[in-house]
Amino acid sequence: MKRLAVVLALSALAAAVLAATPTPDAAHQVFEPMGPQAGHIGQLWNLFVAICAVVFGVVLAVLLVALWRAPRAPHTAPGDVSPLADPERRATRRVGLGVGAITVLLLVLVVASVFTDRAIARLSLKDAVSLEVTAHQWWWTVKYLDGEHVSDRVETANEIHVPVGRPVIVQLRSDDVIHSLWLPNLAGKRDLIPGRTAMVTFRADQPGVYRGQCAEFCGYQHALMGLLVVAETPERYQAWLQAQRQPAQPPTDAQAVRGRTVFESTACAMCHTVNGTQAQGKKAPDLTHVASRSTLAAGTLPNTREALADWIRDPQKHKPGTNMPAVPLSREDLDAVVTYLGSLR
Amino acid sequence: MSEVARDGTALDVSALPTVVFSHRTMMWWGTLGLMAVEGTVFALAVMTYFYLRSHADNWPLGVKAPDLLWGTVNTVIMLVSLVPNHFTKKAAERYDLAGVRLWLWVSIAVGVAFLGVRVLEFASLNVRWDTNAYGSIVWMLLGLHTTHLVTDVFDSIVLGVLFFTGPLEGKRYTDVSENAFYWYFVVFSWLPIYLVLYWGARAT
Amino acid sequence: MRGPLGEQPDESGAHLKDGAPAGSAAALALDRTWSDPPGLLGWFCAINHKTIATRFLVTTLAFFALGGLLAAAMRLQLSRPENGLMGPDLYNQVFTMHGSTMMFLFAVPVMQAMATYFVPLMIGARSVAFPRMNAYAYYVFLAGGTMLWIAFAFNSAGDAGWFAYPPLSGPDYSPGKRIDFWAQMITYTELAALLEAVVVITTVFKLRAPGMTLGRMPLFVWAMLVTAFAVLFAMPAVMLSSTALLLDRLVGTHFYNPAEGGDAILWQHLFWFFGHPEVYLIFMPGLGFMSAIISTFTKRPVFGYTAMVLSLIATAFLSFGLWVHHMFATNLPDLGKTFFTAASMLIAIPSATQIFCWLATIGGGRLVLRTPMLYALSFFFILVIGGMTGLMLASVSLDTQVHDTYFVVAHLHYVLIGGAVFPLFGALYYWYPKFTGRVMSEKLGKASFWTMFVAFNVAFFPMHVLGLQGMPRRIYTYQSGMGWDGLNLLSSIGSYAFAFGIFLTLANAIRSRRAGEVAGPDPWGAGTLEWATDSPPAPPNFHRIPVVHGPYPLWEVPPAGAPTHVAGLSAGIREHLITTVIDAKPDHRTTFPAPTPWPFVAAICTTILFTGLVFTPWAVVWGTIPVAIALTIWFWPKRAEVRRALAVEKAS
Repeated sequence: MKRLAVVLALSALAAAVLAATPTPDAAHQVFEPMGPQAGHIGQLWNLFVAICAVVFGVVLAVLLVALWRAPRAPHTAPGDVSPLADPERRATRRVGLGVGAITVLLLVLVVASVFTDRAIARLSLKDAVSLEVTAHQWWWTVKYLDGEHVSDRVETANEIHVPVGRPVIVQLRSDDVIHSLWLPNLAGKRDLIPGRTAMVTFRADQPGVYRGQCAEFCGYQHALMGLLVVAETPERYQAWLQAQRQPAQPPTDAQAVRGRTVFESTACAMCHTVNGTQAQGKKAPDLTHVASRSTLAAGTLPNTREALADWIRDPQKHKPGTNMPAVPLSREDLDAVVTYLGSLR
Repeated sequence: MSEVARDGTALDVSALPTVVFSHRTMMWWGTLGLMAVEGTVFALAVMTYFYLRSHADNWPLGVKAPDLLWGTVNTVIMLVSLVPNHFTKKAAERYDLAGVRLWLWVSIAVGVAFLGVRVLEFASLNVRWDTNAYGSIVWMLLGLHTTHLVTDVFDSIVLGVLFFTGPLEGKRYTDVSENAFYWYFVVFSWLPIYLVLYWGARAT
Repeated sequence: MRGPLGEQPDESGAHLKDGAPAGSAAALALDRTWSDPPGLLGWFCAINHKTIATRFLVTTLAFFALGGLLAAAMRLQLSRPENGLMGPDLYNQVFTMHGSTMMFLFAVPVMQAMATYFVPLMIGARSVAFPRMNAYAYYVFLAGGTMLWIAFAFNSAGDAGWFAYPPLSGPDYSPGKRIDFWAQMITYTELAALLEAVVVITTVFKLRAPGMTLGRMPLFVWAMLVTAFAVLFAMPAVMLSSTALLLDRLVGTHFYNPAEGGDAILWQHLFWFFGHPEVYLIFMPGLGFMSAIISTFTKRPVFGYTAMVLSLIATAFLSFGLWVHHMFATNLPDLGKTFFTAASMLIAIPSATQIFCWLATIGGGRLVLRTPMLYALSFFFILVIGGMTGLMLASVSLDTQVHDTYFVVAHLHYVLIGGAVFPLFGALYYWYPKFTGRVMSEKLGKASFWTMFVAFNVAFFPMHVLGLQGMPRRIYTYQSGMGWDGLNLLSSIGSYAFAFGIFLTLANAIRSRRAGEVAGPDPWGAGTLEWATDSPPAPPNFHRIPVVHGPYPLWEVPPAGAPTHVAGLSAGIREHLITTVIDAKPDHRTTFPAPTPWPFVAAICTTILFTGLVFTPWAVVWGTIPVAIALTIWFWPKRAEVRRALAVEKAS
């Protein structure tokens, strides 16, 4: 009867696991490795699960058999101290054997983990793309360090583009508190610690959009501190990089021109940069090519006209605690700014 | 509602002593436990000092090392204090009332002298606690040790007064003995802290 | 003997000696002597270890309930995506309070409460060592927990997690007083825990009944002793680190400020140097409960006593070598990380040894499947799963994937609830008759157990999967479309069922206090000394201190002609026998202090000092004076007491 209850509960659990809602557009799964780093870890995981499952099964089986076979006693019966005088050789042998087996299995796991660590550390970095990611409360700056000239360096935010098949070296920094960069489909976490630098390397072997996330608690909006990795063919990546290297396109239609004027003359420009304009603020995401990105506010909102307008009108509604203030703009001004930002492809 | 019967012969303990010393007493074990705690705190603070140092480009972070004079004077006073402390402990273990009174107060006098010089030590550290991380850990180390010093001197004064006013029983001699035991800890924990504070900032 | 200053002994209480059975004049005198004074003032003077431990236990269980309510609030918030029930400001306080309450105000202190109640009973003592300090530690603990919760009521609870990593918890990113209250709560609870550890160690080493050599000590007492030692060396690290954090915030030191030579990772080293052993401080007492329950409900000694003791000691030692496995995602050298992987996995060996020894015990015994045993048996399911996910976290590369996700939330609850809370519930059912004189209802107990067991797995197992699906910890909300909705809802439902299961035990305890079956001294046919005395025990615990001849005194017949009990201690004053550390040979007698309100007053003064330090560093100056005065009066001998003690005094 009681065992039945356990079995029922476990099957309910299994059903719930299987019925989990489908994955979102951007992959965010430990079990779908899309590169060698996450792949090595996936293999190690399989080994751990296999060994642990066997050991767990054996322990449980031994317990159940022991419970099954042991005679029952009334609860007030006194105990029997005869085992104190008896060396209990058989039990000793079995316990010894069990501890020995556990020790061997643990050694296997230690060795497997060390080999995995080494495999991860040995990713070939030939022809690597160099990036620097700086974490802020609660968004990410991404800088592309490759290129012959300083002017080739590109800054963007909350979205990383990488070429498929080429390794990526990411330098990690933090501007304020400790954050952690986690791209579950591509690599494990690495902390971004103020006053220190760290590095993570990965390679994406399949084109796709992979979601990443801050994994170290960092204050109010730790929950909404996502980023995307867009892995694309080398050609498309180069094209993207070239486009990012250009300053912002001057607006052509009248509303967008008005939008730029508003942007440059209000609080926006104190924090944001749009290259090629007077807006050179450094406290918030670079918006030079904001329209080319697919999300707003570090993965909080889709990058649509409506969402952008709503975000500018009241950022605290979407992301309480965010450092972006609500900018009081007239309806016309807001429309103009949204149009302008929408033109920054 | 009755205890499980144990009717057999009794082990008579009425002739055992009540006043004993050292590790036979509960007090000694309690004191040892506190020493273990405080020793761990000191050790971790010293490790913190070297940890911060290992992450610094220069040490002591652009300020002058502490002046040697008062710290060294104090170390000498500390070592000298071991003498009256030893005699206090021995007097207590002989139940020598006059000896305890004398040597306990001599020990207190040395301890008070030490505290006086300690003020000068703080003044000659050449750094404030809020200057940088080096200043912080230096002040913390010296502050931690001073706390122990103050409490033990205070304990000694309370005992010193009690030995004149009473009411006294024999086991107060044990208290004096364990108090002296603790003073050894205060002295011997000072030596590594002295080396770290005054010479750790100089060693390259 | 006369006092050193010529004090006259007062013989009135000295002539009546103990050694007579319950009901005799000596036994009645002992009851009077070791009682706490009556009345309201007497309530504040109480120092009997059972009185203090009961208060301590009730307090920690109340904190457990409060922490559980916070968990329920969080599960409600997370039951669906983008839930607006709580904003980040409140949620961050709530999860910080949940973690801090469970770790600092429940899990470690509840074990110390159990230790201070049962260790003296199990070793045949009449008190803990330093009963006044024991009372003081309890009041300090109570004050610290109360302060934290009052701060929470005023929207001022810590909001940087129970781990409070700087710089997030530092002056720049957490202005206000929230973190200061949190950091001071640490100081309170650590002071209490350290004093309790000293009390337990001294009690075990000096107050054991004659004949109870270290090798005959119950495994429960061993577990509490080893835990107390681990407390002694682990807690100072968090005291140092939280003090440094408070100083950074209060007087502008730079311990954790990288701009001035400090280092953010320094906190993590110090915190986890405490924080990992902390897990074992919670888990090892659980092992003690397991051994006590399994032995009684299999009607035989635990198999492999020596191996069990050595495993406990090995666990305690190894637990200090694991702290870096909480920091595998930081940029520490790889070789160092490998060392910590190996050490973290090694600790599975002593755990496995104990599990196998219990299995052998069950296999070679006669079973009683009552509620306490069911709780103990669930350990083999829950803790083993938690231990195995622990191995995964110990592997550097696997850890970088699952670290700081719900996988870890699942893991730590499997370990702490499976390794400590289920055994603790078993222990509460097992020892409830000793506390109250009545047995808890078996029917309700079983209902509670099965609800808790099933619901626990429904609540926490899905979290493993959520973590692997990418759900990070410590998030106040999640977006729909992440694929996390179904499992979160399931987990929330499970958590409410789990709370209901706990409530059934609470109802059982309340109901059984009046309506339970009357227990008698030994309702389980158990073998250790706490069952040799009344339920609940009389104020002196034992009217006749037993002489011990084996590890299970109640199951063994003493050798012919050997003494069975101690006699010759005064019944009229608090006199106690002190034995030697290893062999428990009678060594000397000592007098214990009488009840007094001064530990309570000193704790109040300490509270004023510590709480003052949240606001101003000058509290060190004006706050220590009342503390010093209170402690001095506490220590200062009372003339009448001294004269009574002199009547039995004898120099060596």
